[in-house]
Amino acid sequence: MIDLQGYGPRLLEGALVTVELAVLSLILAVILGLLTASAKLSRNRLIHAIGTLYTTLVRGVPDLVLMMLLFYGGQIGINMLTDQLYYAFDIDIFININAFVAGVITIGLIFGAYMGETFRGAFQAVEEGQMEAARAYGMSPLLAFRRVRFPLMMRHALPGIGNNWMVLLKTTALVSIIGLTDMVRVAAEATKATHEPFMFMIPVALIYLLIATLSEWGFAKLTKRYNTGFGESSEWNN
Amino acid sequence: MNKWITSALLVGAVFSGSISSQAMAQDESKDAIRLGIDVPYEPFVVRNADGDLEGFEIDLGNELCARANLECSWVEQSWDGIIPGLLARKYDAILSSMAITPERERQVMFSLPYYNTPSVWITARDRDIDIDDKESLKGLSVGVQRGTIRDVYVTQEYGDVLDINRYGSSQDVVNDLKSGRLDLTFEDFPIANDAIDFRKEDSPYKQLGDSIKTPTAIFGKGAAMAFRQRDKELAAKFDKAICEVYADGTYDKLMDQYFDYDLSVRPSEQDCAE
Amino acid sequence: MEQLNGWFTELLSGNAIFTANTLSFYWSGLVTTVQLVFLSLLIGVILAVPLAIGRGSKRRWIKLPIYAYTYVFRGTPLLIQLYLVYYGVVFFDGIQDSIFWVVFKQAFFPALIAFTLNTAAYTTEIFHGAIKNTAKGEIEAARAYGMSRKLMMRRIILPSAFRRALPAYGNEVIFMLHASAVASVVTIMDLTGAAYYVYARFYAPFDAFIFVALVYLCLTFSIMFTFRQLEKRLLAHLRPRGV
Repeated sequence: MIDLQGYGPRLLEGALVTVELAVLSLILAVILGLLTASAKLSRNRLIHAIGTLYTTLVRGVPDLVLMMLLFYGGQIGINMLTDQLYYAFDIDIFININAFVAGVITIGLIFGAYMGETFRGAFQAVEEGQMEAARAYGMSPLLAFRRVRFPLMMRHALPGIGNNWMVLLKTTALVSIIGLTDMVRVAAEATKATHEPFMFMIPVALIYLLIATLSEWGFAKLTKRYNTGFGESSEWNN
Repeated sequence: MNKWITSALLVGAVFSGSISSQAMAQDESKDAIRLGIDVPYEPFVVRNADGDLEGFEIDLGNELCARANLECSWVEQSWDGIIPGLLARKYDAILSSMAITPERERQVMFSLPYYNTPSVWITARDRDIDIDDKESLKGLSVGVQRGTIRDVYVTQEYGDVLDINRYGSSQDVVNDLKSGRLDLTFEDFPIANDAIDFRKEDSPYKQLGDSIKTPTAIFGKGAAMAFRQRDKELAAKFDKAICEVYADGTYDKLMDQYFDYDLSVRPSEQDCAE
Repeated sequence: MEQLNGWFTELLSGNAIFTANTLSFYWSGLVTTVQLVFLSLLIGVILAVPLAIGRGSKRRWIKLPIYAYTYVFRGTPLLIQLYLVYYGVVFFDGIQDSIFWVVFKQAFFPALIAFTLNTAAYTTEIFHGAIKNTAKGEIEAARAYGMSRKLMMRRIILPSAFRRALPAYGNEVIFMLHASAVASVVTIMDLTGAAYYVYARFYAPFDAFIFVALVYLCLTFSIMFTFRQLEKRLLAHLRPRGV
C-alpha cells in the first residue's frame, strides 16, 4: 500500500538534513537576534541605524528572494573577488558556498531580524532592580548576564522564540529550491519521476507536523521551567 | 562575548565548504578535473535506479579524460546555474550539451563541438496546430527549459503569442507535456526522441513543422565543452582528445550505441592541426 | 507624452539588462503577484469568517475538523501544499476531459487554491483568537438586551473582533505577499519568476534580485502604511488620549 519505490532511505536522509539546517539556522538566528536587540537598544545612532536597516530589509523582502540573492549572487560575488585576487596577486583560492551553507546563512539572517524584535522586548522587560542587585553583590557583568539577566529575559523571550522556530521550520523547505537535497527536494524528485505526488508529499507533510508537535511539547516544558517561581503571574501572560 | 561567538560561527559556516589554496605549479601526476553536468538529459545523461549517472556524455567524457590523461569526476548542477557554477569554480569544465552561442562565448571558452542537433516542436497527435501561422497560436501554452537556446528562440519569436512556461529541467517539461498541461513543447531533438518518443509508430505525440537549426546566433554551432576563459591549456587538452576520439572511431562506436541518427560534428583538418 | 516615452526608452536602452523588454517582464510579474495575493487573501477571508465562528463552537463535530484543518495547513510548509495541489490536480479522474481543464491546467489556479487554503487557515485562527478575546462586558450587555446568539455575533462580536484582528491580519497580508514568491517554482511568472528569468538569461543575479527586492520592499511598505492608517481610524478608541 505504501510503496515508497526505493525513495524511503533518501527521504529519511533528507529529513535529517532539514533538522540539521533548522537547528543550525536557529543558533545563528539567536546570536544575530541578541546582537540586533543590543544594537536597537544602543544609544549610538549609527549602530541603531544599522540595526533598523537590517530588520527593515529582512522584513520587507521575501525569504526566497533573499535566498536566491545570497546563493546565486554569492557565487558570482565570490568569483569576482577571487578573480581580482588572481589577477592582482596571483593567488588562486577556491571558496565553495554550497546550498546548505547558503541556507543556514540566509535563514539565520532572516530570523535573526525577527529574533531581534523578540529579544528587544525581552531585554526591556527585565526590571533594572534585578541587575542593580546583581551589581550590588559584586557580580562581574558577565556573571550578572549569565545568572540574572539571561534567565529572566528568557522567560519573556520564550514565546517569541517558539513562534519564530515554528516559522523557521517551515522556511527550511525553501532551501530545496536552490538545490539542497532535503526531504522536500527528494519528495519533489520522486513525484516527478513516479507521478505519485500524494505518496511522497503526504509523508513529508506528516514529518513536518511531527517535528512541529514535538517542538510545541518541548517549548511547553521550557516555558514551565523558566516560569518557576513566578506562580500566578505567568498565567496572565498566556 | 556574543560578538566573538558570532564571528567564529559565521567564519566557520562560510568556510565549512572547502578552502584549498592551489599551488600554481602543475605536478606530473594525473590532474583531477571536475566536470559539471545537468541531470537528467536523455540520452546524454540519466540517473539510473542505483543513483549513478550514465549516458552518452558520461561515456564520452570518461573517454576524453582518459585520452587527456586526466582524472575526471562529475558534479551535478542544475542548468540555470551551470555557467555561474563554472565561474565560481565548483567544477573545471562543463560537458552538458551546451551550444556554442555568441552570448555564451562572452562568458566562457568553448572546445571543439562534439555534436549538433536541431530542435523540434512537439504536440499531441490529435491536435491540429499550424506552427507557421503565428496568429492561430494565440493563447496556446509551450514548455521550454529555462536558459536554453530554445528558451531564447521561443521568447524572441513567439513571446507575444504563446504562453511560455519555463522549467528548471528537461524532465519537468516532458512531465507537464505528458500530464496534459502544455499544448506544445519546443525541445532538443534527442529529448523529443528518447523522452517523448515521438518517432514511434503509435506515439501519442507528433512533430510540427520542420526541425529548426537557424538562426545560428541563437542556436549556435553545436554542443561543446565550456571552460573558464583563462584555462586555455585545459581546453587545448580536450580539443586534442576530441580530435583523437573522432579519428580512431571511438566516437562513432559510442554514437551508434545511443543514437540511430548521426549527430556528429567532425572537426576539419585545420581544427585538429593545432 | 511622446517625448517622455522617447526619453525613457533611450534611458533604458543604454542598459544591457534593464531594457524595456525586461522591465515589461517585471511589470507582468508584478501584475501576476498582485492578482494572486489579492485573490487568495479575499477568498481566504470569506472562508475564514464562518470557519472561525465554527472553530469556537461547543459542538465537537464542528470544532474538531476545523481545528484539524488549521493545524495541518499552519503546520506544514506552503511549498508542500503547493506541490500537492499542482501535481495532484491532474489525478482527479475526468478532470482532463472536463471543461474546467482549460482553466485548471494553467499553473495560476493550483497556486491560487493552495495559497487560499493556506491563508484561510491562518486567518481563521486570527479571527478565532479575536472573537475569543471579546470583552465579557460586551457579551453580557448584548445578552441583557435579549439578543439571540446569531444577532449578537453579527452586530457585536464580529465587528469588534475584526478591529481587534487588524494588526495580526496586517502581518498575515505581508506574510502572504512574501510567501507568494514560491509560485515561481511552478512556472508562474510572478515577480520572483521574472527576476529568476532575468538571472538565468543574463547571468546577473545582483541586478535581477536586488531590483525585485526593491519592488517587494515598496509593496510591503504600502501595505504597512495602509494598515497603519486603518488601525488609526478603526482602533482609535484604543489610542492613548491626546494623541
